[in-house]
Amino acid sequence: MKNLKYLFVGMFFGIIFIKAEIASWFRIQEMFQLQSFFMYGVICTAIVVATVSVWLIKKYNIKTISGETITFEDKKFSKGQIYGGLIFGMGWAITGACPGPLFAQIGSGFVVVGITLLSAIFGTWIYGYFQNKLPH
Amino acid sequence: MIEIIKQPWHWLVAGTLIGLIVPLLLLIGNKKLGISSSLRHLCAICIPRKIPFFQYEWEKEIWSLFFVTGILLGGFVATQFLSDPNNIVVSEATKTTLAGYGITDFSQIMPVQLFTFDNLFNLKGLVFFVLGGFMVGFGSRYAAGCTSGHSIMGIANLQWPSLIATCCFMIGGFFSTNVLLPLFFKLI
Repeated sequence: MKNLKYLFVGMFFGIIFIKAEIASWFRIQEMFQLQSFFMYGVICTAIVVATVSVWLIKKYNIKTISGETITFEDKKFSKGQIYGGLIFGMGWAITGACPGPLFAQIGSGFVVVGITLLSAIFGTWIYGYFQNKLPH
Repeated sequence: MIEIIKQPWHWLVAGTLIGLIVPLLLLIGNKKLGISSSLRHLCAICIPRKIPFFQYEWEKEIWSLFFVTGILLGGFVATQFLSDPNNIVVSEATKTTLAGYGITDFSQIMPVQLFTFDNLFNLKGLVFFVLGGFMVGFGSRYAAGCTSGHSIMGIANLQWPSLIATCCFMIGGFFSTNVLLPLFFKLI
């Protein structure tokens, strides 16, 4: 199973979400109440580490372990990033979770978050259904 | 060693490890970090209904479902085997604000007084599970990415649309926590 390795990377991610309490609703409130540096520290560190990594991969033209060329795509700007971004941000603070932590919260025993996840899937579907009618 | 792992992790450790997931995914299979797209793949697999947005080769994206399943399992492993018995670390100021909303139990990663099946069929459930979840799913797809795909992967790849999206995520979050939530807790 060539996809199994992604399961293990996901597990690693899930453990970080719980152990650093990033998947915590409390931490999200604390961040948006500007009462702790913690989440800002996590996000900024992650961005710095990821940016340096991507830069190194590009500079030295590093290949994947199977010798494939690593490709990067540019993201196109649309007003969706503004409207959608604002809606997502509001949902993030209400649920205390962006999509990754949703899965970690369910795994940690908050089965009721499964309802939040189903609702998020439904929201994704509604976006797909109305995509052409929404301003972009 | 296991005792060190069981303590809550420092932000520098957590941030570094999360940042390293980006090169890890690139190196093992040329995959771009992004989680909300897994929700799109689930729609494309289960309920495509001939909607153009869900017509694509999702077979190539199955890795992402393995990835999110892993996150769920990781959440389970961390809680069952690596958990710290103490209350979650939250600033005193935040605790005071939340106590004003009736949230006083800080024993777990989520407020047990809010995220429980008892609230499933009342207004709290409607707001915190149904409405909140809908906004996360709808908003992230509308923005074409979430915190992982835009704020980490996108910014790391120097994409300015991702920076704009991230600023909007933050503005939305500040608005919810400081304007909407106090209102919700007053009404419901």
